[in-house]
Amino acid sequence: MSNQPQHRLSHSEMLAKTQENLKTGAGKKVPHESAQRHVTGEAIYIDDRLEFPNQLHLYPILSTVAHGNILAINLDECRQVAGVERVITADDIPGHADIGPVLPGDPLLTQDKVEYVGQVIAIVAAQSMAIAKAAAALAVVDIQPLAAVLDVKQAHHLKHYVMEPHRHTIGDAQRGIQEAAQRLTGQLLIGGQEHFYLETQICSTVPTEEGGMLVFASTQHPSEVQKLVAQVIAVPLHKVMVDMRRMGGGFGGKETQAAQPACLAALASHLTGKPCKMRLPRELDMRMTGKRHPFLVEYQVGFTDEGLLMGLKLDLFADCGYSPDLSGSIVDRAMFHADNAYYLGNAEITGYRCKTHRASNTAYRGFGGPQGMLAIENIMDHIARHLQADPLSIRKLNYYQKEQRNITHYGQTVTGNLLDEMTAELEQSSSYQQRRQEIITFNQQHSYMKKGLALTPVKFGISFTATFLNQGGALLHIYTDGSIHLNHGGTEMGQGLNTKVAQIVAQEFQVDIEHILVSATNTDKVPNTSPTAASSGTDLNGKAAQNAARTIKQRLITFAQAHYGVSAEQIIFVNNHVKLAQKIVSFAELVQQAYFAQVSLSSTGFYRTPKIFYDREQATGNPFYYYAFGMACSEVIIDTLTGEYKVLRADILHDVGDSLNPRIDIGQVEGGFIQGMGWLTMEELVWDDAGKLLTSNPMSYKIPAITDTPNDFRVKLLENRKNPEDTVFHSKAVGEPPFMLGISVWCALKDAVASLSNYSCQPQLNTPATPEAILWAVQSAQSQKMAHSAPGVKH
Amino acid sequence: MIEFLLNNDKTTLHSIDPNTTVLEYLRNHRQRTGTKEGCASGDCGACTVVTAELAPNQQLLYKNINACITLISSLDGKQLITVEDLKNQQQLHSCQQAMVDTDGSQCGFCTPGFVMSLFALKKNQQQQDTNTSDDRHQVQQTLAGNLCRCTGYNAIYKAAEQTLNTPDDDQFSTDQAHTIAQLLLINNQSGQQSTVLSDDQHHCYMPKNIDQLAQLLLTYPDSTLVAGGTDLAIGITQHAQRYHQLISINQVSQLQIFTVNDRQIEIGAALSLHLCQQKIAPYFDDFAQLLERFASLQIRHQGTLGGNIANASPIGDTPPALIALSAKLQLRKGTQTRQVELEDFFIDYRKTSLASGEFIEKIIIPLPAAQSLAPLDTLLPASDCSGYAFKVYKVSKRLDDDISAICAASYIHLDQQRTIIAIKLAYGGMAATPKRAKLTEAALLGKTFTQQNIEAALANLAKDFTPMSDFRASSDYRLLVAQNLLRKLYIELQVDDTKAHKTRIFDYV
Repeated sequence: MSNQPQHRLSHSEMLAKTQENLKTGAGKKVPHESAQRHVTGEAIYIDDRLEFPNQLHLYPILSTVAHGNILAINLDECRQVAGVERVITADDIPGHADIGPVLPGDPLLTQDKVEYVGQVIAIVAAQSMAIAKAAAALAVVDIQPLAAVLDVKQAHHLKHYVMEPHRHTIGDAQRGIQEAAQRLTGQLLIGGQEHFYLETQICSTVPTEEGGMLVFASTQHPSEVQKLVAQVIAVPLHKVMVDMRRMGGGFGGKETQAAQPACLAALASHLTGKPCKMRLPRELDMRMTGKRHPFLVEYQVGFTDEGLLMGLKLDLFADCGYSPDLSGSIVDRAMFHADNAYYLGNAEITGYRCKTHRASNTAYRGFGGPQGMLAIENIMDHIARHLQADPLSIRKLNYYQKEQRNITHYGQTVTGNLLDEMTAELEQSSSYQQRRQEIITFNQQHSYMKKGLALTPVKFGISFTATFLNQGGALLHIYTDGSIHLNHGGTEMGQGLNTKVAQIVAQEFQVDIEHILVSATNTDKVPNTSPTAASSGTDLNGKAAQNAARTIKQRLITFAQAHYGVSAEQIIFVNNHVKLAQKIVSFAELVQQAYFAQVSLSSTGFYRTPKIFYDREQATGNPFYYYAFGMACSEVIIDTLTGEYKVLRADILHDVGDSLNPRIDIGQVEGGFIQGMGWLTMEELVWDDAGKLLTSNPMSYKIPAITDTPNDFRVKLLENRKNPEDTVFHSKAVGEPPFMLGISVWCALKDAVASLSNYSCQPQLNTPATPEAILWAVQSAQSQKMAHSAPGVKH
Repeated sequence: MIEFLLNNDKTTLHSIDPNTTVLEYLRNHRQRTGTKEGCASGDCGACTVVTAELAPNQQLLYKNINACITLISSLDGKQLITVEDLKNQQQLHSCQQAMVDTDGSQCGFCTPGFVMSLFALKKNQQQQDTNTSDDRHQVQQTLAGNLCRCTGYNAIYKAAEQTLNTPDDDQFSTDQAHTIAQLLLINNQSGQQSTVLSDDQHHCYMPKNIDQLAQLLLTYPDSTLVAGGTDLAIGITQHAQRYHQLISINQVSQLQIFTVNDRQIEIGAALSLHLCQQKIAPYFDDFAQLLERFASLQIRHQGTLGGNIANASPIGDTPPALIALSAKLQLRKGTQTRQVELEDFFIDYRKTSLASGEFIEKIIIPLPAAQSLAPLDTLLPASDCSGYAFKVYKVSKRLDDDISAICAASYIHLDQQRTIIAIKLAYGGMAATPKRAKLTEAALLGKTFTQQNIEAALANLAKDFTPMSDFRASSDYRLLVAQNLLRKLYIELQVDDTKAHKTRIFDYV
């Protein structure tokens, strides 16, 4: 096993190298590890894998009824179709029939009752997808319809919940409201959001000789897929191996809900002994899987004449769909973020987990946080309109402060607060005040085109609120040529996690990332992993990889001390080389020497987040390790004759601590902003009265396209601000927080509408703010203005 | 049988189900998995590939198209280029390199589609020698049919900019003469006879001229005509449709004419919407603007004007504009032709007066200039007000690639006293067919074109239409917007220095 380094540099050449910095370590602007393969089509997704000669394809038979009892399932005709291998129902499941991630309630195949249009009753396994689809259409399912609950408020009145309500309380909200000089009440309907990952849910399975399963799943949570597949086919976890190279987008939609296609494919493979693939066509994906939770928000708020919050009573009614899924934690996070950047003082925030007969709503970038945040931002606007003040001044007045007024409604002290300084910086760089004046002038001069402007903050808590999930793992091997093989528990869905983790290891060993290969996430390599969610991928797995690297690095140092007779301080890893007092060797050379000296060059790494705890009974604690901050200022124009609009300019300042990779972080910020904007503007989910989703394809459901980007888009990362906490190289998480920057667009749209009432009325603008929603808000603002400014009527 | 170049390889398909899409062929028959399926309905662009075909001037014309809803027969005589073909001698193509340099990919699933649209943009930039000052608009036009959920597009804009600023010296330019020669050979070999692509049960006839087409339709009256197939193929991919007899009219050059004389414009039914847009712009700017927002460039490359009409959808975008312009259709069956007013062609929801065996030959648009009418931009108080105005508005949830909630097309003709002496107001999305607002027209005809008279006439729209509510818009919204668009028409013709021409949201893009 002797690998000679191919090319030896002279001492002076190596010396020159050691005087240069590593080009691809932490903080460097490195492209995505797969970028070259993305653009050539060489990047392999599950559906691109070569199929087996005996490959089977699955197609589901779905409920067409929102709620009902299954009286009979007749699949005889499906079975008659040539090419059909097997038709599978719940009776065929050898193990667990329920795949609920936290609580039961998600039958893999439903048997006695249906609870939403699109629920899976049976699956057809056939030689081709076309055959499976044609056969599935022949199923006859007799369902006796029952009354369906399709409205969140109705569910609340019926106490039709998937979980019990939960409350955060601080101070005395009722008294604060009553004693306040000013009071307002209101409500807001917040729409859901389809994930629209470009790669739909997919899984491919191959039975193994031990009776287990090899699973290729597009999932953010391989360990959970492993567990659920094992339970469904009734084998121990060690017989199931899940491999996940990359997803074509996840956004939370593949955290729990990738499990169903995976378990169905595994079940079919288990029953037939053949490789099976389940790929959901777009329309089925949109019907079968859950979305971002729609919310109804009701509030009472008391405040001073200046606009300072005195008391807040906030009720959040979440439409959870038919099962608990992750709704418990999602609604908790909505409650945790109902303060956003503001000191609430006296507050009572209640989250209701309403059960409706729709697909089970699930994780989606922000995980409830955006809905909670939207509620309080709406209240800020409402207060501002009521007092005829600029909404930005009301926001700034209510910001958390650094020394006092810094305790959240769940008892955590807000530390590392960047709100004031970031607002000041963006207010200046975006010329907010000047543009405010220009917009007022524009609106006075234009009869039906109106502009709006809004600057809104984001404060987002980082950590899983289910504390045990805050752990990461890694596995690192160095081979005798110095090349490094790295695995970690996180999954790559485009966010650049593998690139960042490689950069972290590169930084530790001081070798360029071309020497580091991060291969597919695999349950054989790193066991018992947490989902790649809650923006935690790099924080957890980067730290774990760093831990593994440091373990091996320490072994190399110990070896080098003995081998070269130098002290530990004299051993310096720098730019692909190791300085040993006066001597320099390449990293690969040192590795090879260590190998011959019988040093282990492989290690696991582990990390758990410190400091965090949360007592849900008392609803207090420190659930978040730190907060990430962001600011966005958006300018829009609306056509008050049609309700159409366009974002003209957006300025963003976002806090990622000490960036691990500014290129990747900017991509997350830009993409998050646009996705957040889409949620609040054009992305509209519409169901018919019977609970069937009408917007079940991209023809009818519109995510932002290229022309929707701001004409002038200025995105900047906050500079020279390390994360004060001991995160990996003092970076901050970046996956979710920028999503909520999109709220500035919605607030700017409201600002444009409010101009019609001389900024005296808060427009009722539920989300999504489609052109139609804007037009109705315009109509309402115009009629209010007429009521206000019609002196002739009074006498 | 069809013959085409798969990149540089001459490929002959003797027997294949003509219901096969190009995407299916690439992924399942050729294991070219770089091209992705994101929706199989032509809405996301992940499957974008590029075809090069011989233009009438014998040069190569590159088009980005949606492989997922393009039937295999349409490849006949063309070069098909997929994402796998761009890398050359281990070097990324300039548009691939641009996507890497600007971080245009994150999850990477939409990326091959974007790369191919950028590639087409680049190749056409060279061929058309376009003005670079209009780059952003051109980029939006080319990429509006490619969805990305990760990046927010800013990086992709930058990639497009870099692509457009890189010299075009790729292998396709180097090989151009050879490619043209090969395509000429393929096209000459297939000759002027009608051909057929089939497996045992499914047949697609491909006539080369209009007489063959007319005859085939008489022979197979139950067959289905397919031009771009952008709607027909959705039936195949989404609703498990399988067509047994198709007649593809792609190769009938007589159906792709665009001729203008003193009186009228004649447009062949199978002229692509993209070419319609380019050719009609000098005559009816608003029509061209509408076509810019008709689906995506991928669709406009495939879809045809005749197809949009024959489809008879209540929300097709071109019929309102054509009805307002008093367009006629020339229909043909066998050797017999007849002309019908377009508005009489639509009988009911997705029903037309087309007889069995009959097809649309051309669309005829009378030119207002034939009546010595000049277009009115504004009604300056001192100026001669006589002339015509033609305005088209499309309102949808999303600016790019969306179906109209409402499409309004208005043609008015004023005399010197501003009296309305002719008026046609046609709407899409307001009824089961594209339809005129005849009561509103009647209320305005003969009246002076004043705000007061417009306001007085608006109530008639509620009598003309009882629009439906669906996921795109409510009935009330459609009606109110229909009224407001008439108000906008009035406003747009008034003098107002502060507004200049920015009267529509799209002016702010």
